Amino acid sequence: MAESTQDLLTKSILTRNPIALLVLGICSALAVTGQMATALVMAVCVTLVTAFSSLVISIVRFQIPSTVRIGIQIMVIATLVILVDQILKAFYFDLAKQLSIYVGLIITNCIVMGRAEGFAMSNPPVASFMDGIGNGLGYGFVLITVSFIRELFGSGSLFGVEILPLTSNGGWYLRNGLLVLPASAFFLIALLIWLLRTIDPNQQEKD
Amino acid sequence: MADESPYKPFYSVLILAFFCSALVAGAVVGLQPKQEANRQLDRKKNILAAAGLYRQDQPIDQLFAAIETKIVELATGAYVPEDRLSPQSYNQLKAALSADMGRSLAAEEDLARIRRLEKYALVYLVKKGETVEQFILPVRGKGLWSTMFAYVAVDADLQTVRGVAFYEHGETPGLGGEVENSRWQGLWQGKKIYTETGDIGLQVVKGKAADAGNAAAYEIDGLSGATLTSQGVDHLLKFWFGDNGFKPFFQKLHQKDISNG
Repeated sequence: MAESTQDLLTKSILTRNPIALLVLGICSALAVTGQMATALVMAVCVTLVTAFSSLVISIVRFQIPSTVRIGIQIMVIATLVILVDQILKAFYFDLAKQLSIYVGLIITNCIVMGRAEGFAMSNPPVASFMDGIGNGLGYGFVLITVSFIRELFGSGSLFGVEILPLTSNGGWYLRNGLLVLPASAFFLIALLIWLLRTIDPNQQEKD
Repeated sequence: MADESPYKPFYSVLILAFFCSALVAGAVVGLQPKQEANRQLDRKKNILAAAGLYRQDQPIDQLFAAIETKIVELATGAYVPEDRLSPQSYNQLKAALSADMGRSLAAEEDLARIRRLEKYALVYLVKKGETVEQFILPVRGKGLWSTMFAYVAVDADLQTVRGVAFYEHGETPGLGGEVENSRWQGLWQGKKIYTETGDIGLQVVKGKAADAGNAAAYEIDGLSGATLTSQGVDHLLKFWFGDNGFKPFFQKLHQKDISNG
């Protein structure tokens, strides 16, 4: 399965998106997509963690005893997540405050483990790193799309900049209350999956 | 991997665990001062925001220089001398949880649903020369999902609200989370706290506040779609301006005014 670097990077965005095709990492996709800024930071964090955990695990993949491989993967991932969390707290305090618990939850994000176990354990380091970046981008693509819709129609703004003046701020736009709630991301992700599978019928599952 | 030694899983996990913990510990210790400084800065920023003194283009520490921090004994309302408790190192939330600095609240006292109350509270005095212009009081109480933390700035007349800043909460964004909305917080300015009989008149009402008459001076609009959060805010006001909160402190200050004058 020797894929070119470019394939590893781009295929995970549309043709085998970790959220849309594999339906992994849904929980954080619901939680952080209320605002674009948090979604973007989350996407960057997950991309970094996935890439570096895949890289580390791929480097030591011949040394990892198969009986304890899951535990070792979790340990590498957890270490990286704590580092990301600490760095956010030190340098991007406002964002860290908003993301506080979700950053910790990257540890349990199935995408990170899925790539470590499914790809990095059997592929060389550079390819694993690229695969991690690609999957992070795929995850980020869904997060940004969902948060764009949720923030624009739920809060009338993009990246916190007011686009549609809300009635609660003296404007004319009555916010859509459903989009503010995390559950709305379910509908949006489902619509996105529908769209992707209609454009690319290869992604449809056979009964 | 058929010839894998049975000890290998043990030592490989041990080596990795050692390496990872060293990395994590290094990061935590190395970044600690920076994180602590951020936390302090954030706290000061919110205090300034409550008092309406926050300016984006000026360094926070410089603005904060006009503010004096003191500790008040809630039960008596008296200031605690600095040599007994240092305002710089006093941690109010930790104190509430400790056995000797805090106490449990009985259910009927516990309007704000905070369970434990500290004996000493921090207050921030905004001074101009020698006269105090505003008192900024830290308050907290439970909303729908979470404990909400805020600073309320009270005018030197101990009756008028000068501003409020909710700085930490876990309410639903867009609904209860609108406690952060600066427009809503602006509605607080100029509201009166106590009625003529000394009861707490300040309240968050459901829907729109009265815009004329006696009630208009005391009522704040409720947050639409967030009945329980609004109620939580209402209750925390009742608690912190009541007998268990800062009322004894206000009474003490009034007495001082009289004895001075």
